[in-house]
Amino acid sequence: MSAANELTSAQRDNLRTVAAMIIPASDEYKVPGADDPAIQADMLATLGRDTALVAQALDHLARLAGKPLAELDAAKRDAIAKEFRATGGVAAATLVRVVLQCYYRDDRVLRSLGLELRAPFPKGYTLEQGDWSLLDPVRVRGGRMRIP
Amino acid sequence: MKHDPVDVLIIGAGASGAAVAWGLAETRMHILCLDQGGWMKPSEYPSTGRDWEAKFYGDWSTSPNIRGRPEDYPVNDDNSPIKVVNFNGVGGSTVMYTAHWPRLHPSDFKVKTLDGVADDWPIDYDALTPFFEENDRIMGVSGLSGDPLSPLTHPPMPPQPLGLSGPLIGKAMNKLGWHWWPSDTTVATMDYEGRARCINLGHCTPACAQGAKASTDITYWPQAIRAGVELKTHCRVREILTNEHGMASGVVYYDKDGVEQFQPAEVVIIACNGVGTPRLLLNSVSGRFPNGLANSSGLVGKNLMFHPYAQIYGFVKEPTDSNRAPPTCLWSKEFYDTDLSRGFVRGYGIQFGRGAGPVFEAVASEQKGILPWGADHHRVFRRLNGHRLAVSAICEDLPEEHNRVTLDPVLKDSHGIPAPRIDYTISENSRKMMEHGLARGREILEAAGATDICINNPIPWGGWHLLGTARMGTDPARSVVNEWGRSHDVKNLFIVDGSVFVTSGGVNPTSTIQAIALYVADQMKQRLANLFD
Repeated sequence: MSAANELTSAQRDNLRTVAAMIIPASDEYKVPGADDPAIQADMLATLGRDTALVAQALDHLARLAGKPLAELDAAKRDAIAKEFRATGGVAAATLVRVVLQCYYRDDRVLRSLGLELRAPFPKGYTLEQGDWSLLDPVRVRGGRMRIP
Repeated sequence: MKHDPVDVLIIGAGASGAAVAWGLAETRMHILCLDQGGWMKPSEYPSTGRDWEAKFYGDWSTSPNIRGRPEDYPVNDDNSPIKVVNFNGVGGSTVMYTAHWPRLHPSDFKVKTLDGVADDWPIDYDALTPFFEENDRIMGVSGLSGDPLSPLTHPPMPPQPLGLSGPLIGKAMNKLGWHWWPSDTTVATMDYEGRARCINLGHCTPACAQGAKASTDITYWPQAIRAGVELKTHCRVREILTNEHGMASGVVYYDKDGVEQFQPAEVVIIACNGVGTPRLLLNSVSGRFPNGLANSSGLVGKNLMFHPYAQIYGFVKEPTDSNRAPPTCLWSKEFYDTDLSRGFVRGYGIQFGRGAGPVFEAVASEQKGILPWGADHHRVFRRLNGHRLAVSAICEDLPEEHNRVTLDPVLKDSHGIPAPRIDYTISENSRKMMEHGLARGREILEAAGATDICINNPIPWGGWHLLGTARMGTDPARSVVNEWGRSHDVKNLFIVDGSVFVTSGGVNPTSTIQAIALYVADQMKQRLANLFD
């Protein structure tokens, strides 16, 4: 087991491997994988309250794999990953969520999705009014609330 | 330590505590409110940072058990399919809510008369009408008057724009010939009473950094404090004490340093929500009140109603508003009233969701199994992200005594005060209603052209609406407070939060909770000369 506030080297290795299995790099979309060093660094730096559950998930993964995940062949790794996700419960879900929440705030990924690289506040967004004439049929249909 | 007595002591500075404080302020009585939390700092709200979505899973979770801030208390809800969500601090759960703002319907107050189930309320919609109107003005409501299937409202601001998602929903509903209408919301669509207009931060639920969403820390409280009401923060009340006459004499609380204090009061008003209020009453045990304060009926904590949410969502080809708009903008009352041919009694409102941000979408879709791991992840994510539409049926939960709040024998908060335990099951009637809502929701989504349809039935962390655990009524054997909020047993003790609901209706309750708080304040003012008779 790891210390309460950080992952062991073996756990970090398996985190990197499983992250790349969840989201591999893509030339087509010009995005890194979730094993990218900057994204991995973000995960480790912001684990915070999730550290214990993520460590628990990685320990579960290590038990299933029997050796470092990266040393397994692709087919075996995929089978282990499926079993991990099916049996890992809240801990596995937390690990996956940590990977996704760090990946989908990376500048390169957001740029690829066409999203702006900023917090919502203070600029906000513009919302179009939309077609209010769509309400006309509702007005025509009318109706009445039930009155006691 | 003992303090000088106050005329009125309010416990809780959330939706109802703020409203009743403001309502009583004009009496110039010495009014003190104690809240277990502190003032919020909008500069720290999630939407101010790049990690805004991640915060929803931690420090800004809707669940007090996950959030675990010092002002939160734990809740044992293991024995409930619906988990309690709330927020603790000045403003209470109005800091963290969607700002969806329907009212209970007139028919909701007469369910026994109309449908032969549960009980009628001892008051009717008309008694609350002026207080709904007053509350809408103070909270600042946007909307479109004239909804044929909802109570008449007069929102002081125009409705939110329909955006991209609204017309997709509207067209689908028109295709089906079903009612829909722009929601009343407490999102300011124009500058209003010192609040800046909405700029579509999107992440409304965990607090609005713009201040466009009404929460009582920026609506009622500044006005109440200017009118002389005193508010002490980080003061957690442990119990209400009574004197030899069976009247409330004051409260024992822990101050911000954890030091036990006693605050005497002539009148005590509880505004702690449908879980916090029964918890406090059940923790206030004495020789005269061995089963908890105000509990001669045995109903304190019983009849808990949540509103089970049946949610169905899918993904359309067109872009939706995703995280670039307030999350809700439309409702439907098509299935609100009883139609026994549907196989259940009573009904549900529908609220439509505009979409979600990228992290939420990735996490939710992976959990549902529609977003794969591996090379295809990117293609699928681009098809899902920014294309979600959601339909939620908010089902009327009827009161059942076995659905209840009690004190957990083991779990305690950070001050050692016994925590609440929830025992709750979804009734057969509610199950049928939820299935009906999901089936209609599927028709709506299919009419909109949605695919990859998923359901949450119920939304597990959907226990926002905490109702019924200290119900209102004229019969002391069948209710906890009378028709104007005063305890039957303790004549200087009042309750003004969602605990007093007799039935739940099929809509979000905050508007009605605050109207009741203003109504109780008005009743107290009218009866000041003989308040304890």
